[in-house]
Amino acid sequence: MFLSLSSPIPIENALIPFKPRSSRSQTLRIRAHPLPSNPLSLPSSAAAAPAFKEETRQFAPGGDFPLDEESLPAGLRRDLMPRHVAVIMDGNVRWEKRRGLPAGSGHQAGVRSVRELIEMSSKWGIGVLTVFAFSYDNWNRSKMEVGFLMTLFEKMITAEIDNLARDGVRISIIGDSSKLPNSLQKVISDAEETTKDNSRLHLIVAVSYSGKYDVVQACKSICHKVKDGLVQVDDINESLVEQELETNCTEFPYPDLLIRTGGDIRVSNFLLWQLAYTELFFVSALWPDFGKAEFEEALTSFQRRQRRYGGR
Amino acid sequence: MEKTSGNTATRLFWSIVSFLRRCLFLVISIRPIPRHIAFIMDGNRRFAKKRKMMDGDGHRIGFLALMSMLKYCYELGVTYVTVYAFSIDNFKRNPEEVQSLMDLMQEKIEGLIKEESIVNRYGVRVHFIGNLKLLSEPVRSAAERAMAATANNSRGVLSICIAYTSTDEIVHAVQESCEEKLDEISAMNASGAGYGLIKLGGNEEDERVKIVKLTDIEKHMYMAVAPDPDVLIRTSGETRLSNFLLWQSAFCYLYSPSVLWPEIGFRHFVWAVLKFQSNYFYLERKRKQS
Repeated sequence: MFLSLSSPIPIENALIPFKPRSSRSQTLRIRAHPLPSNPLSLPSSAAAAPAFKEETRQFAPGGDFPLDEESLPAGLRRDLMPRHVAVIMDGNVRWEKRRGLPAGSGHQAGVRSVRELIEMSSKWGIGVLTVFAFSYDNWNRSKMEVGFLMTLFEKMITAEIDNLARDGVRISIIGDSSKLPNSLQKVISDAEETTKDNSRLHLIVAVSYSGKYDVVQACKSICHKVKDGLVQVDDINESLVEQELETNCTEFPYPDLLIRTGGDIRVSNFLLWQLAYTELFFVSALWPDFGKAEFEEALTSFQRRQRRYGGR
Repeated sequence: MEKTSGNTATRLFWSIVSFLRRCLFLVISIRPIPRHIAFIMDGNRRFAKKRKMMDGDGHRIGFLALMSMLKYCYELGVTYVTVYAFSIDNFKRNPEEVQSLMDLMQEKIEGLIKEESIVNRYGVRVHFIGNLKLLSEPVRSAAERAMAATANNSRGVLSICIAYTSTDEIVHAVQESCEEKLDEISAMNASGAGYGLIKLGGNEEDERVKIVKLTDIEKHMYMAVAPDPDVLIRTSGETRLSNFLLWQSAFCYLYSPSVLWPEIGFRHFVWAVLKFQSNYFYLERKRKQS
């Protein structure tokens, strides 16, 4: 009955070559769902910063790039910034229709919003940014639209890979890549390889992704292990499932904040398991109109929330 | 004489209120109504703090609010209602609070079994959804008796999530799916051996495991007793799922009014249904525009 996510945005830097499972040898240790504590794990030297303002060098999680002291908007606290932000970028097609623009203009405009978001996230100390570019359910759309988007993804990644590498952004793609054109898979694979050592911001792009599909593929993986005698059925627990989900490419697979644009108030099969304790923020602005002001509003709302995780 | 006429007047008043409510529900149900509503009953402790009561009293009043909501749901014609009564995470709270919640739940579950309870009045079948092994024996036993006592009710379904988290539910479903697939492989190997056929090869076993499908997992979910919710209402203004129905709420409309759970009433319920209806038509328009 409900429509899933509208067309994804052709993201220039966002798509990383999807690494086939067998070659993904560095599965990082997965954190359990975060406890109510400082979401931003800064090195201890950075924690002592306030007394030495002129020498303060804040570092992005796991990175060597200094955070810009002055760049954080007034009203936002550095120690309350979410570590991982996820975004459902909804509204491109409605945006172009409302303006009477040709097909595809909405996606083009959406790319600018993504670039801006990547920049803001890097500057403001967000460690992981996950964007929902193309849902598995979107394969139902017209062949023409899907074909157009696949071509756009390929062009954008190719065009932006150098910028990404220079800016310290690491890209990963999650989702069922088997349905993507071979040329796009190759481009994604190269981009992932090129940026794998970057650490300023980890950009995860969900393409041909669905939260349910993620759990099903984790289940298949676990079943294999049980069949091969590596794991007993009774040993299957939350930690094991977490390790098999596609978000195992990052040390922080659980978004602290999910932002959805476009006015729709639902998660549309995005990151279901991973959203267990995520703060949700819904904004009516269409994705191409999402900018600094809207992002600040989302972060301000996030910083005001009381996260109890079922306890206290 | 006066007391009798006072009682009659009160009964008449509530009959009129009930009649007017049903009329309003008839009007509302001209437009689509949700088939399944899920509630996260948040805000009991904040309510108690606000009214300077003991913590436990907030939950007791919250229970009365739940009874009202159930009455409105079933009168309107909602078939499935699911409530988040107690999360596995809630075991982390201080032991006195946990014990008092368990005692309250046992008391209220026993109440559901009675003939005149709301579930029997509306013909509602009750399911207790969650990892019931984590509950103490008296509570688990009361839950099992309530499920047995209402098993023949068929006009509605009430799913009470207790000792529940969605991730625990998914893990359980994954375990069951794995066991089922492995049993299939064993059965095929055994029957093959019985007929003198070769055992399934490594690749063939892989293929069998590969065919673990979405439907395999779904059928092993505790919540397979109900379709996915159409609207998930979380009170107290928090906008998060807190590990509730993550799988089932993939496409569900999320509504988070700021009212605390014990304060929720008829007008909030009507407003929630109207919001659902306006969202339903919004989605229709969006589908046409895209």
